[in-house]
Amino acid sequence: MDLAWLGAGIGAGIVLIGAGLGIGKLAASAMEAMGRQPEAAGTIRTNMIIAAALIEGLGFFGLVICILLAIKA
Amino acid sequence: MIEIIQDTVTVADTVHKSESGSAWILHHVMDSHKINFEPFGSFNLPHLSLFGIDISITKDIFFSWIVAALLIVLMIIVAKNYKKSLIPKGIANLFEIIIIFVRDEIVKPTIGKGYEPYMPLHLSLFFFITLAGLFGLLPYSTTVTGNIAVTAALAGISFFAIQIGGIKSNGFLGYFKGLVPSGMPALLLIIIIPLEILGLFTKPFALCMRLFANMIAGHVVVLSLIGLIFLLKTVWFAVSPISVGFAIFIYLLELLVIIIQAYIFTILTSLFIGMAVHQEH
Repeated sequence: MDLAWLGAGIGAGIVLIGAGLGIGKLAASAMEAMGRQPEAAGTIRTNMIIAAALIEGLGFFGLVICILLAIKA
Repeated sequence: MIEIIQDTVTVADTVHKSESGSAWILHHVMDSHKINFEPFGSFNLPHLSLFGIDISITKDIFFSWIVAALLIVLMIIVAKNYKKSLIPKGIANLFEIIIIFVRDEIVKPTIGKGYEPYMPLHLSLFFFITLAGLFGLLPYSTTVTGNIAVTAALAGISFFAIQIGGIKSNGFLGYFKGLVPSGMPALLLIIIIPLEILGLFTKPFALCMRLFANMIAGHVVVLSLIGLIFLLKTVWFAVSPISVGFAIFIYLLELLVIIIQAYIFTILTSLFIGMAVHQEH
């Protein structure tokens, strides 16, 4: 039914809000830390990328569920 | 797992027969039994079956063989380069940079002492995932790691590596006893033990889903942008430049994502192995 497509669309939007907020907060504190201590910029950058990939992984879980919904419809 | 693969085959069949936009996108990111060299023709791969289980050679299997063969040839060349002297010449320089990166930035900080037995595993994971993703960017080929069966197999390899590493270092019972932190009241133990056992399985599952979704997402976005040109049939001359421009941008982003995801898969595997081997932390 078409309701599944509506659910997939709204679900994907909400997932993206969550992932965007999470990674935005992460990037903000990483930038601030790099500004405070430029010598540690390399370490901070590495850890920022790891944390961003983990949060993005959660976002992709939700996205895959939405794709499953849209396919089965 | 067989039902999921069966479902994919039925979905693929319905996709081939239907005509909607999503069918076109799905047709390009899913596995298939023929290699398309449009417009030069296509090449049908054989359907094989063993005791009723479908083990036919599909496009993803064929390309995973190509990636593996290329990797074997490259690594034999690099290994032979070290026979004469410890200083590499030529292409071994490039691989030495990457191998030292994997050793000093990924494996040594996370596993610590006794990291040498785990180096081949991490090198194989890193090189295979990077090369498979890069192959997906070429025309007429497919992303091997964009198939959830392949990423599930890679996550299974990580799972067994974690358990075997932990059991080897701490003994069979010692490893499972070490999963729960010491000095816990019995009431918390009832919650913590199932949680830890579940955690053993969710971590590789997350690895599998993360790699699969990252590889597929880039392709789906590029295909959607290009499909937009065909969807807006009458104004294609206006949509095409914007669409192709965005598609190129997402394509370059995919390149970055492939390398980052290979790094993330390898460093998370080594992190979990480090946590299993040195359980005191």
